[in-house]
Amino acid sequence: MIRVTLAHKAYGTFAALDDVSLDIPSGSLTALLGPSGSGKSTLLRAIAGLEHLDEGAVLIAGEDVTHLPPQKRGIGFVFQHYAAFKHMTVRDNVAFGLVIRKRPKSEINRRVDELLEVVGLAGFQHRYPAQLSGGQRQRMALARALAVDPQVLLLDEPFGALDAKVRDDLRRWLRRLHDEVHVTTVLVTHDQEEALDVADRIAVLNAGRIEQVGSPEELYENPANPFVMSFLGSVSRLGDTLARPHDLRLERDASRAHAEADASGVPVTEAEVDRLVRLGFEVRVELRQPEADESFFAQLTRDEAADLDLQVGDTVWVRPTRTLAGTGDVPALAG
Amino acid sequence: MTAATLTRRTPRTSKPAAFGGVSGLTLGVVTLWLSLIVLLPLAALVVASLEGGWAGFWDAVTAPVALAALGTTIGISAAVAVLNVATGTLIAWVLVRDEFHGKRIVDALIDLPFALPTIVASIVLLSLYGPSSPIGIELNATRWGVGVALAFVTLPFVVRSVQPVLIELETDVEQAAASLGAGNWTVFRRVILPSLTPAILSGGGLAFARAIGEYGSVVLIGGNIPRETQVASQYIQQQIEIDRPVNAAAVSVVLLAISFSTLLALRAIAARGHERQEAVR
Repeated sequence: MIRVTLAHKAYGTFAALDDVSLDIPSGSLTALLGPSGSGKSTLLRAIAGLEHLDEGAVLIAGEDVTHLPPQKRGIGFVFQHYAAFKHMTVRDNVAFGLVIRKRPKSEINRRVDELLEVVGLAGFQHRYPAQLSGGQRQRMALARALAVDPQVLLLDEPFGALDAKVRDDLRRWLRRLHDEVHVTTVLVTHDQEEALDVADRIAVLNAGRIEQVGSPEELYENPANPFVMSFLGSVSRLGDTLARPHDLRLERDASRAHAEADASGVPVTEAEVDRLVRLGFEVRVELRQPEADESFFAQLTRDEAADLDLQVGDTVWVRPTRTLAGTGDVPALAG
Repeated sequence: MTAATLTRRTPRTSKPAAFGGVSGLTLGVVTLWLSLIVLLPLAALVVASLEGGWAGFWDAVTAPVALAALGTTIGISAAVAVLNVATGTLIAWVLVRDEFHGKRIVDALIDLPFALPTIVASIVLLSLYGPSSPIGIELNATRWGVGVALAFVTLPFVVRSVQPVLIELETDVEQAAASLGAGNWTVFRRVILPSLTPAILSGGGLAFARAIGEYGSVVLIGGNIPRETQVASQYIQQQIEIDRPVNAAAVSVVLLAISFSTLLALRAIAARGHERQEAVR
């Protein structure tokens, strides 16, 4: 287990980490998720020992490593831009940690062969990093980090520099790898989809603080505050109420909508259809509240949309089925 | 010849054929210019050195004083190049990785010995290490004096070739090595140094090439003592003055050959580094 207690780190007057405490259970794959400048990378680097904390402590497997250099922490670290040793072959890159530990040759060879097999680079062992694709380089970096049997594997935006397609493949591959190796893994990402896809626990950071920690389901279904809600998934704002776009019901009949609303206690909102976007199985209805001039959108299934027979300019009544009071400041989100 | 080559190449390149005429002309100008400025004088030098036939050339080069001058030049130049490799790398390291007051001034100072007219460099050194040395170290007319002069003018080469590579070096590569358990010295030796080696060798090679041809900075402090401190360039000057152009030309050809092979070696090293660092696609 990794335990971080009251970690504080400031750059000048800017607090990158503001008294952060976090427990990361052994064997888990935890994502540190947040926008840039939220302190997620600083927290990861503090666990690695690449960043020194002003205050607070880091414990790995019960041992206080706060004042230990990265060399002595038993970690594997993977960087966004691969950090490959360019003058060494793939094989020498992976063997690096074992060679400097002066392990016997036969052991090194066996371990490197095994790892190259695991990351699917067995045929590339004599190539130089420059002769590999980005995805292959990152898999090499993973093998290199795993070679020394780290207690924890730390990944700093590992797929950030890759194409969307490669990123998806590598994400899935990392998930499978983690299920096989079971090394405690911490992954930094700003991509909520990546966090939801790959992690079994997510810690959402914002402005140097942890907003919420939990499983992907917990965070999506029961966000602690508007920030978490808007950072994980899309949000539609209706006045002071926040709702997921797929939790919005549209009615053409005002009285029916009001009757439902009275029963559930959630107010209905009048809105005008601005635009209809058909995305395969889903229809995205862009709506505008005429008096507040606020735009939001609802996601309907194709059948729901067909039943309503919506046209641009129609007036509808919007009734959220799940909501969060949204008085706080919510960052704008794309898509 | 150029026209034929160009027509053959045209189908393979995607450039419009109209450019063929322009590049034919530019190629011609470039060839002419290089011939006038570089190739013809060099050829003339080789011809001049062979005026007395092979035997004459051989005698001129192996004359004891000529051999001594060449030996002094190559020996001291090599020593200075090696010295530069060590100190130049260190200076580049300090300039890139350390923060201290006056760093910009030091950085600007590095180029001064190179930019200074070499005769001025010689006077500067003479006033410090000459017969009336204010610090009591007299290197005038000694090999040490020649060495100091050569080290002075070749100072920037290694620094300036290593510095940009060091700046470009990603710190996360060093951090990756550290996370794998490598201590500072291991990181330097196994990760940083191999990345710097091509730049260090190239800087050292350039320093060597510059040193073997150096004249101005050595002329006052070197003393020009045959078989002791006389360097090849001074020997050549002396042979011209006593009207032995063949001897001068022969030794010049040897210097030329050394410079040329140094440059070739540097290119080979650079090409090998390039092959590794850049993808062979």
